[in-house]
Amino acid sequence: MDTSEDILQQASPDLVRGSETARRSKAARLSPSFISWLQAGPMMLVFLAFFLIPLVFVVVVSFWDYNEYQLLPAFSGRGYTDTFEGCIAQLPELCTIAKTYVKTLKLCFLVWIITLFIGFWVAYFLAFHIKSKTWQMGLSLLCTIPFWTSNVIRMIAWIPLLGRNGLVNSGLMKTGLINQPVEWLLFSEFSVVLALVHLFTFFMVVPIFNSMVRIDKSLIEAAYDAGATGFQTLVNVIIPLAKPGIVIGSIFVITIVMGDFITIGVMGGQQIAAAGKIIETRVNALQFPAAAANAVILLVITFLIITMMSRIVDIKKEL
Amino acid sequence: MTETTRKKGLSRRTLLKSTAGLAGLAAGSGVITGFPYVMSAEPKVLRYLGTAVNEGDDISKQCLKDTGIKIEYITATTDDVTKRVMTQPNSFDVLDTEYFALKKIVPSGNILALDAKKIKQFDNITPVFTKGETPGGKKIGGQGTAPWKVLYLEGKDSKKFASSATEFVTLIPTVYNADTLGVRPDLIKRPISSWAELLNPEFKGKASILNIPSIGIMDAAMVVEASGKYKYADKGNMTKEEIDLTMKVMTEAKKAGQFRAFWKDFNESVNLMASGETVIQSMWSPAVTKVRSMGIACTFQPLKEGYRSWASGFCVSKGVSGAKLEWAYEFVNWFLSGYAGAYLNRQGYYSAVLSTAKAHMEPYEWAYWMEGKAAEKDIKAPDGSLLEKAGAVRDGGSYEDRMGGVACWNAVMDENDYMVRKWNEFIAA
Repeated sequence: MDTSEDILQQASPDLVRGSETARRSKAARLSPSFISWLQAGPMMLVFLAFFLIPLVFVVVVSFWDYNEYQLLPAFSGRGYTDTFEGCIAQLPELCTIAKTYVKTLKLCFLVWIITLFIGFWVAYFLAFHIKSKTWQMGLSLLCTIPFWTSNVIRMIAWIPLLGRNGLVNSGLMKTGLINQPVEWLLFSEFSVVLALVHLFTFFMVVPIFNSMVRIDKSLIEAAYDAGATGFQTLVNVIIPLAKPGIVIGSIFVITIVMGDFITIGVMGGQQIAAAGKIIETRVNALQFPAAAANAVILLVITFLIITMMSRIVDIKKEL
Repeated sequence: MTETTRKKGLSRRTLLKSTAGLAGLAAGSGVITGFPYVMSAEPKVLRYLGTAVNEGDDISKQCLKDTGIKIEYITATTDDVTKRVMTQPNSFDVLDTEYFALKKIVPSGNILALDAKKIKQFDNITPVFTKGETPGGKKIGGQGTAPWKVLYLEGKDSKKFASSATEFVTLIPTVYNADTLGVRPDLIKRPISSWAELLNPEFKGKASILNIPSIGIMDAAMVVEASGKYKYADKGNMTKEEIDLTMKVMTEAKKAGQFRAFWKDFNESVNLMASGETVIQSMWSPAVTKVRSMGIACTFQPLKEGYRSWASGFCVSKGVSGAKLEWAYEFVNWFLSGYAGAYLNRQGYYSAVLSTAKAHMEPYEWAYWMEGKAAEKDIKAPDGSLLEKAGAVRDGGSYEDRMGGVACWNAVMDENDYMVRKWNEFIAA
């Protein structure tokens, strides 16, 4: 483990020498660990004030009771028991919450696989086939285009493309491939996955690209020299070295999709259940403890997935 | 946020000072006799929390001109308005909300009832609100949270609704309407006359309802009753069994692929209809007007089972007192004095005081919007855009016919918690 002073020494020996003179006056003496704390402090405070404390509140409120118009600060498991209502009684049929999570996880898995596939090759192209730094930058910026519009605009934009009388359908009808407009193009799982992939592939591209550009080119040359085929180089050199990027990108995509309800709502015609949607409906009905309980459940499940992923790759070590 | 407001206030004060100086000069020179409001000690500003329905720029501009009160709009969705009243009662002065929200808002004690005696036009408010009948004497359906059930409180700080008239009014009515199904006559090509048509397999994959549980379930109940499956004692206050039954019917329809999409937002409903994704769906009057102004045939179809109605009105936050409370009264009185009412009527909504709104409308406009007569001239929106060509007749006809045909009102049920859970189940099915 490097101390911050060692790092400083490497980075700028002059600075450390300067600090040695300062060290002689006892008042100005700062221990290295204190400096580390000072550096990490601002982020830690923000994290504490705007994430950890609110999170504690959410957990606390999830165990409160409520009525039509206020929270009742008395211990109650109602938020949870209501949520899991019928989960045992209805067996073998799935209860609402189980159905919702099966659906959410399914969408999440599909989006993850597709964004990973597309994102990997886009990053590969940017890292190994584009030689100029400027072009690399310019092309990665192009990936942000889906973020240039709001959700409502996107919703409006998809209808003329995928709708019953949209471009795709009329195109297919003209070529004679279909006689009737295809209905599943819009307000279906297909359109939800399409929209999510369209939005979030970017979050895959950036970290994977970042890992790939740091791969020493001489390693790839060495692989070729040693007689590896392109495929062998990919599997044995590039993928293992791009793993941290893959895992970070996956965490981005999975956490966002697990909590998303706006895109799923808009593209699924509000007919597809999402874990986030349950929370929203509860909040809108002023049932905050029930909403908080659902948020805790979502958090636990997402956390489990991420723990599993970081088992596969030790991100701390790789970074 | 506070900082910018304060700055704005200051600059406005400086502005007022200089204007006052100018006015003084002008008064001295004998040109203008004076602007009474310019003399007030501080700028009259009211923060107005509500949905976008009656938060028109023209209304706030006219209000500033007439009364010197500057309205700062805080726009939110129906659900968010209620949420804000509960959690941040000091973040607004005047509240414009729906009557059905009162069942949640009044017990929280976060709002102040208004004094009927201080509302100049109170006695002229349409009997729809006070008696539950139209001016022509037609009885209006009272299922759900009908305004006259929650219009009065027992006392100033009471949290109980009074059964007879008192001087403490929960909400001074501002705007209301009768909602029904919107249809695309060009694509359906036959007359539609019942709510039951929403679940007709003929429109499989081409129907839609609202995804706002408290409103959506009322539409669902209208459909269930119209199809003869069940007769509710009160659609606006179902028992658990009735909720189960209603959601079962809707779930079966959903699984069979009856619905193309559910909508939540005004623009979504317009797009679904205009693009032909849906041909029959629950809708709001101005949304139908908007589809029509795009040159696409769309009818706000009157149905034999009647309309589902909603109404909203003004009250003030409990934190408002003193001079600010007086301005609030001044503003509410101004709102009922005609300009705003005429503005709302021209959008296809209804105003609370009919007589004053009539005085601010052209006779041909009044005849079209309120009397159900064929338009003598082109009908224009408040912003001047063309809504209907001469000769058109309003869907559903006159005020008497539309409001008289109301069957139920948007509601918050006693079993609201259960209903919301069942709604989530319906979406997940």
